[in-house]
Amino acid sequence: VFAADWKSGGFDAKSLPETLKALGASGAQISTDIAVNGPDIAENGAVVPVSVTSKAAKTEFMAILVEKNPNPLSASFTIPEGTEPTVSTRVKMGGTSNVHALVKADGKWLIASKEIKVTLGGCGG
Amino acid sequence: MLLDAKGALAAPSAAKLYDVPRFGNVHLLHFTDCHAQLKPIYFREPNVNLGIGDAIGRMPHLVGEKLLKQVGLKPNTPEAYAFSYLNFEKAAQTYGKVGGFAHLSTLVKRMKAGRPGALLLDGGDTWQGSATALWTNGQDMVDACLELGVDVMTAHWEMTLGDKRVKEIVEKDFKGKVDFVAQNIKTTDFGDPVFPPYVLKEMNGVQIAIIGQAFPYTPIANPRYLVPEWSFGIQEENMQAMVDEARSKGAKVVVVLSHNGMDVDLKMASRVRGIDAIMGGHTHDGIPAPVIVSNPGGKTLVTNAGSNSKFLGVLDFDVRGGKVQGYKYRLLPVFSNFLPADKNMDALITKIRAPYESKLNEKLAMTEGTLYRRGNFNGTFDQLIVDALMDVKGADIAFSPGFRWGTSLLPDSPILMEHLMDQTATTYSYTTLSDMSGETIKTILEDVADNLFNPDPYYQQGGDMVRVGGMSYTIAPKEKMGARIQDMRLDGKLIDASKTYKVAGWAPVAEGASGEPVWDVVAQWLRTNKTVTPRKLNTPRIIGMDGNPGIAS
Amino acid sequence: MGNPMRIRASASGDVVEVKVLMRHDMETGQRKDAAGAAIPAHFIQTLVAKCNDKVVLDSLMGTSISKDPFLSFKFKGGAKGDKVTITWTDNTGDSRTDETVVS
Ligand SMILES: [Mn+2]
Ligand SMILES: [Mn+2]
Repeated sequence: VFAADWKSGGFDAKSLPETLKALGASGAQISTDIAVNGPDIAENGAVVPVSVTSKAAKTEFMAILVEKNPNPLSASFTIPEGTEPTVSTRVKMGGTSNVHALVKADGKWLIASKEIKVTLGGCGG
Repeated sequence: MLLDAKGALAAPSAAKLYDVPRFGNVHLLHFTDCHAQLKPIYFREPNVNLGIGDAIGRMPHLVGEKLLKQVGLKPNTPEAYAFSYLNFEKAAQTYGKVGGFAHLSTLVKRMKAGRPGALLLDGGDTWQGSATALWTNGQDMVDACLELGVDVMTAHWEMTLGDKRVKEIVEKDFKGKVDFVAQNIKTTDFGDPVFPPYVLKEMNGVQIAIIGQAFPYTPIANPRYLVPEWSFGIQEENMQAMVDEARSKGAKVVVVLSHNGMDVDLKMASRVRGIDAIMGGHTHDGIPAPVIVSNPGGKTLVTNAGSNSKFLGVLDFDVRGGKVQGYKYRLLPVFSNFLPADKNMDALITKIRAPYESKLNEKLAMTEGTLYRRGNFNGTFDQLIVDALMDVKGADIAFSPGFRWGTSLLPDSPILMEHLMDQTATTYSYTTLSDMSGETIKTILEDVADNLFNPDPYYQQGGDMVRVGGMSYTIAPKEKMGARIQDMRLDGKLIDASKTYKVAGWAPVAEGASGEPVWDVVAQWLRTNKTVTPRKLNTPRIIGMDGNPGIAS
Repeated sequence: MGNPMRIRASASGDVVEVKVLMRHDMETGQRKDAAGAAIPAHFIQTLVAKCNDKVVLDSLMGTSISKDPFLSFKFKGGAKGDKVTITWTDNTGDSRTDETVVS
């Protein structure tokens, strides 16, 4: 991969639709074959563990998008044959947001979402 | 029927109350959230504990007579005193104090005597909540728990002593004696387990597993800087994996020792397969009978055992043919008048307290009214704290965190330093005075309200609403985040989003805070005032909760 | 040259699980320093993982990946003793490569 790939990769897009458009994924279908996992409430908005898993056959590409971040696209992964379609990383979140897993499998775009809450904290039983 | 304050209170029959014959062959004793209360205390249960969504009208969101009716308890009995706020002052005078480790110890020994091999489970919030726990860095409770014979433990407030102190206790004091378990605590680097997720034990020929579930939101509800290298969370998938692993290693009974809070326990029980019982704490709900939850794997019992060493849960399983065939559960109130103090424990507590007695017994003031904390929106002891904060700090508004620990005081009794510490003893009880915009105040209230009233239990943190002094507001718990808090007013005038207000508070979770400890501020106020008149509770107007059995006035 | 990564690669059957912790500030370019001056963006943009000579993961990263990025993934066909190599490059052209042996 090269910096040129990064420039064309949708990282500069400023909204979810814009990012999907940049990736050519505007028609992505909601799919239960895709799972985005993360905490319900983030312990630290600066370090939120997120993983994406696909059960769709021929998964070739996966991406993590934080809808309300200034640039929603956090990371994208090209999955070569033999690599399992599951990746985990940690992202920054400016506030409570939907986090989306975007997958390209067998030429089709699939998406799944989960809300992760970023809270002020401080209460307790 | 309304309760008559002058009504005859049924005479207690200690012999009957604590006559609990053995059932089956697997025995678990459970206490939780004692918050370091070594001595008997008074504890008033809440009259506001609202349920939202699926939780409306369900355990644990029932109070007062509705609660008694649901579980078949009669008013004006020792049990009604233990489980409800009803007739609190009169009942407290009649039946006396509750809890105390010396009395709990007697009860534990009595239950163990008839139950060979019984395990004692400590659900956490054990090493915090008193002056001596704070001043000894938790050592008083560690020693008391070793004397009590705790076998397995999980945690929440323990973490506020800091990760190094927790590790020290687990690796030194507890080594070979107490299993400290938590499937949901992992390192923040590679996600490695910090503690064993579960422990396997054999009891009367039956293999059992106790899986630990620490409070999932510890680094959010409490300062993250105290456990910077540990991550928590609910970790439902890992819980399922641990249950399956324990079963594959031969466990015939799988019990989760949980500090989730009861609503989270109920949701988890509906989704994870293969758990026989979740014995829970954190939300301080004293629930007389287990809630039976169905899930794709069968049924799971959910119990919650109250707080302040006021209760001991006794769960018996009949296990035959490699399966649980039946169970019996009792949540026994610890009435210190009806259970003699255990001599060894009593001597240990006396020794622990000796260096601090004069400090603990300083009389700060007299209270004319009942002082208590529990309730979704406010309690009279928190009202006292916010009143003192506003007075001493010269603030327009004061906030006190929605903590559920803290003991109660009866009318016309002295407020000792010990009682003040029972409300305030944390490792980060700094007072703060900040300029906040009206918008920030609203954001804070909305944030806390969502932690309490989000209809999905996995988004709840299990405390109560931040206590507010000086400012009035209206709350609509059923609304979405951002729309619950309405009509915020100071001295009758609407709070201006862009205007700045002086707000006092205590126990900030952010790093870098400093400031006079809240107990010093409140002690100063009490010494000056000498007599505390009954506090007028500042509670919000509540919208859309008519008929909810989680509220009684 | 950047700071060294911590890499773990462990085989279970023929599946190798890789966990990587990079050390990088991952500055967004949107923060200001104490004096109010903008802190320039400085973040990892690309990452390639290889097992021996075969590419097993190819990734692009944005500014919202956390400071000291973490990545974990699994691939088939590896074995104990194989060499796993991770290379990143950042937006300033800096890059770093570290390797470990599958255990
Ligand atoms: Mn507690
Ligand atoms: Mn707790």
